[in-house]
Amino acid sequence: MYGNAYIENDGNKVNSILADEDPIKLAEFEARIAAGDKIEPKDWMPKEYRKQLVRMIEQHAHSEIIGSLPEGTWITRAPGFRRKLALMAKVQDEVGHAQLLYSAAETLGKSREDMTNDLINGKSKYSNVFNYPAPTWADSAVIAWLIDAGAIVNQLANSKGSYGPYCRALDRICAEESFHLKYGHDNVVFLATGTPVQRAMVQEALNRWWEPIMHFFGPPDKASQHSEILMRWKVKMGSNDSMRQTFLNMYVPKIWDLGLTLPDTELRKNEETGQWEYTEPNWETFKQVINGNGPCNKERLAVRRMAEENGRWVRKALMNKDAVYATPLA
Amino acid sequence: MEFTEKHVEGLKELLYKMADDLLIIGHRNSEWTGLGPMLEEDIAFSSMAQDKVGQSLALFELLHELGESDPDTVAFTRNDHQFHCSQLVELPIGEYDFSMVRHFFFDHAEAIRFEMLADSVFEPLSMVARKFKGEIKYHTMHADIFMQKLAAGGEESFSRMQNSINETFGLALGMFEPGKYEEALIESGIFGGEAELQRRWLDKVLPLLESFGYVVPKVESTEPAFGGRHGIHTPHLQPLLDEMTEVFSIDPGADW
Repeated sequence: MYGNAYIENDGNKVNSILADEDPIKLAEFEARIAAGDKIEPKDWMPKEYRKQLVRMIEQHAHSEIIGSLPEGTWITRAPGFRRKLALMAKVQDEVGHAQLLYSAAETLGKSREDMTNDLINGKSKYSNVFNYPAPTWADSAVIAWLIDAGAIVNQLANSKGSYGPYCRALDRICAEESFHLKYGHDNVVFLATGTPVQRAMVQEALNRWWEPIMHFFGPPDKASQHSEILMRWKVKMGSNDSMRQTFLNMYVPKIWDLGLTLPDTELRKNEETGQWEYTEPNWETFKQVINGNGPCNKERLAVRRMAEENGRWVRKALMNKDAVYATPLA
Repeated sequence: MEFTEKHVEGLKELLYKMADDLLIIGHRNSEWTGLGPMLEEDIAFSSMAQDKVGQSLALFELLHELGESDPDTVAFTRNDHQFHCSQLVELPIGEYDFSMVRHFFFDHAEAIRFEMLADSVFEPLSMVARKFKGEIKYHTMHADIFMQKLAAGGEESFSRMQNSINETFGLALGMFEPGKYEEALIESGIFGGEAELQRRWLDKVLPLLESFGYVVPKVESTEPAFGGRHGIHTPHLQPLLDEMTEVFSIDPGADW
């Protein structure tokens, strides 16, 4: 599950980005994308295209693995067999997505090890939403429903992008995410129609998650030549605001249907424009969290660092030159 | 053969200890999610956890058919003294070497147990045992591959694994603690008994360990960690249960 990539806006550097690209190859490349072709790993591509895709796929992969942490802590607490089995499978899927995505990013020339190191050293980002705590079971339900729903909106758009390996990974990921969404929705329905304690628990979780969900799609885009190029290359597939609108349109009515409320008195659909109106979430908070000052940034990276550290001997042993080759199972 | 009360009690005792073992090892395996030495191992341990917890559910359902409470109530409302799992499965995941060695010892025992139970005269149990056999094949395959690779993975890896084997062997022998109804289970053809299971298990795991290059632990000089089958547990089980039932116990009557 993942929101929009945090692409830095280098609006003024566009000329220098394209300056040393071969104009003929660049024109051919752009013509292929315009014609709907997919770009494959061995094809020629501009340096900036490669750079932005690595950044984007890597952030997505990190988000999947870090995202397994807040939900993962609820696997051991899930109430009853049905939920326990479903949540295990769901979080396992997320880790599997990380594996798929690291492989897709590796086709662009950066190794999984380098990506992991950049993650634990704080150099690469991951979705901001995972820097918030999930203090109750209802938080895990809200994450599974609404964060995964947001991720689907984003990932469906990106699956129409231009880079073949990323699109193919996203097709598979979206299929799995749609089950997560059903699981999350079912879970929220049980809480919202349950005992007063369950109802209060899910309402409180929703209140807590509303701002992170609004942040999930990223700040309103500023038009720039840089983002125009990324759109033309089908790296960026939609504006942050348009994805947020799609999400609100699909899910706010479903939330209200359950008798739940959202902590924004301005939230309504303008029937004339067809657009949702809302209070802008605090983008300063967003900036603070993305720069490492969210409630859980340090904890999440510390856990990841510990896992990497504790597992080092295993990876080293498997790479040993005397290691016996075992036939893969599949 | 007509089942008498001691046969039914023996059957329930057998189902409880198997179901509890599977639930608790599944719970422990799931704790590797997000923390494995590489993504592929997170995923592998999660797959196994799902199989274990699913198998445990199937056994609790058999118990329910024999008159016990429903699976959620049985699994999520008992305290540690009412659990019949072996002490092996309740220990925290520790480092990867311990989890791997436990996985190797436990899954070979389960695989043989299911094989024996596939011929049980109690038809519902033989049916699930046959199904479980198909699942556990991949668990033992996974354990064997890693036990072998880590034995040949250099000095640190070998010594970590060997130490874990030495420290875990007595715990593993605790799995075969005889129950109250061994004779009744054997004579009725419900189950061939713990002693026979242990014999077959030793015949399987010791030669494997030797072939991987490990020093094979001695059965005669190892004290088996008994107690679990009779509700005597390490201090690790109750905190696990407190965590497992944390949400369920907010309102055990609610639909979650």
